[in-house]
Amino acid sequence: MLLAFDWSQLAQQTVIGLSSGGTWALLALAIVLIYRSTGVVNFAQGELAMLSTFVAWSLVHHGLSYWGAFFLTIALSFLGGVGIERAVIRPVERAPVLTIVIVTLGLVFVIDGIARWGWSSETRSLPNAFSTRPIDIAGVAFSIQDLGNIAVSLGVVVLLGLLFRYTKLGLALRAAAVNPQESRLLGVRVSWMLALGWGLAAAMGAVSGMLTAPALASFDQNLMQPVLLYALAGAVLGGLESPIGAVVGSLLLGVFVNLVGTYVGWVGNDLRLPVALVIILGVLLVKPSGLFGRTAVRRV
Amino acid sequence: MRRAAGIVLWLAAVAAALAVFLLLPHLVSDFHTRDLASAGAFFIAIVGLNLLTGYTGQISLGHGALMAIGGYTTAALVVHEHWRDVWTIPLAGLAAGIVGFVVGIPALRLSGLYLALATFAFAVAMPSLLKKFSGLTGGTQGLRFLESAPFQVTGLKGTVTVFGHTTTQNHFLYYLTWGIGLLGFAVAWLIVRGRFGRAFRAIRDSEAAAASSGVNLAAYKTLAFAISGVYAGVAGSLVAIQSEIVNPLSFTVLLSILIVVGAVVGGLGSLPGLVLGALFIQYLPSIAAHVSTRQGVPEFVYGAAIIVVIILLPGGAGGLLRRLAAPLTSRLYTRP
Repeated sequence: MLLAFDWSQLAQQTVIGLSSGGTWALLALAIVLIYRSTGVVNFAQGELAMLSTFVAWSLVHHGLSYWGAFFLTIALSFLGGVGIERAVIRPVERAPVLTIVIVTLGLVFVIDGIARWGWSSETRSLPNAFSTRPIDIAGVAFSIQDLGNIAVSLGVVVLLGLLFRYTKLGLALRAAAVNPQESRLLGVRVSWMLALGWGLAAAMGAVSGMLTAPALASFDQNLMQPVLLYALAGAVLGGLESPIGAVVGSLLLGVFVNLVGTYVGWVGNDLRLPVALVIILGVLLVKPSGLFGRTAVRRV
Repeated sequence: MRRAAGIVLWLAAVAAALAVFLLLPHLVSDFHTRDLASAGAFFIAIVGLNLLTGYTGQISLGHGALMAIGGYTTAALVVHEHWRDVWTIPLAGLAAGIVGFVVGIPALRLSGLYLALATFAFAVAMPSLLKKFSGLTGGTQGLRFLESAPFQVTGLKGTVTVFGHTTTQNHFLYYLTWGIGLLGFAVAWLIVRGRFGRAFRAIRDSEAAAASSGVNLAAYKTLAFAISGVYAGVAGSLVAIQSEIVNPLSFTVLLSILIVVGAVVGGLGSLPGLVLGALFIQYLPSIAAHVSTRQGVPEFVYGAAIIVVIILLPGGAGGLLRRLAAPLTSRLYTRP
């Protein structure tokens, strides 16, 4: 059942899709970052981002501007990520994958508990980072907030790409992920690289949370749960191995989910997530390691 | 001589386990018997998951969805077809086994965490799907046994008479659940030590090596999913029978996660520890809530307990039991 079709609505919905896809992309990138270096999916990534957003809310509440709180929260989240890696992931570094996954699931509850303990359960809101005024581009009205979200998301992705591609630290991070043994022999402190990876991932999650929250009328401790699911879906769609894949996968998913939710009547709001998951399952069956993932070749 | 001693020791362990099973309801209150029955349902699901994850190496984060299939099969048969609740258990197992088999087919193409995430997606999607097909499932309201089919609920009058013995409803549920649990445990033990178990372990340790030794990967991997599904379905059916209601919130993602936590805490690739895994996930929430009812503290304690147990017991409770029993058993098996 298709509703009446017009091009400006399609353009608007695409931008809205890119905007939410951009915030998912940041969280997906955080997940991929940790997956590449340790082979583990961090299920607590969403809750960490939620906690960061609450920290940002408190900073704003104590008089900081949105952008002041934004950068301070990123720095704090980075330190928090490093700290968590040292405290709980380090002891199970050599354990089987499933064990580490369970530890991250435990972290989900722990962080949720901290957020509920430190901040009451009433709903709250973050000020808008960008003007909510619409802007007219070629006769179509877009919201500045959506365009700003897309710009910030892509900006963070580019910065991260530059860090990995052109700095010595980025080289060490990549080396530690690809071949830990040899990197260790060459003097890379692999274990600390993992901790830095957690820090970077937490910082990216913080950006994702701080972009997600202002778009909502109000938020609570469940803020990032849907975002985490979409980010996981986007990361799997692009291939858990591939940072580019995570970004492209999340953006595609954002646009796709929004368009399906808008134009296909029976999907509406309730079935967006299941439909997205079914699509991803379909993609995985054709390409088991995602759109951009490499097929693993194993020596026996 | 040593062999005889081994058998005696083994029989003693089985007899002790049976004695605990039979006597436990008489040592705790009627109310607590119900909690134990609920732990029994977890136990069954965990035994099934362990066959899949612990022995075949396929990670499933979606067993709650398979339990939902079992639970809803039971509920639909009771409410729509007016079957007596306990007689629906085999069909619930069969239905979830078939779904498990179907899930196992796409799983052949996926491995490791991709499989984990695909099954996780299955668990995430399940509640929305249950709401969508409301004609069969009752939608958000779910299916209520007591309102729709009270005469099919065993023990509604407060007591149940089986073979001339009369017990309370809670005791009946306890013996029913753990009886099925012990039976399932014995079957799992037989599977694990037979040719199926050998094939499962070979697949877990190296798929390539297993395939080149003539193990049919596709057949055994889907078989593991199907068997695991049967266990999950029976567990889900028992959850439905115990709570006398099913709704989309009965089988959430959290349940899927808890089953995995129980299996890992109990010890993957080992069977005796799984009882402890089931008790862990049954009692942890209430213990965590006892620490302090201040907002957030139960969640924190809950998560912290999982992390601490995993860090302290990397092999799970099963690994600990093996280590404790080592001085005894190594005397039996090593030659002087």
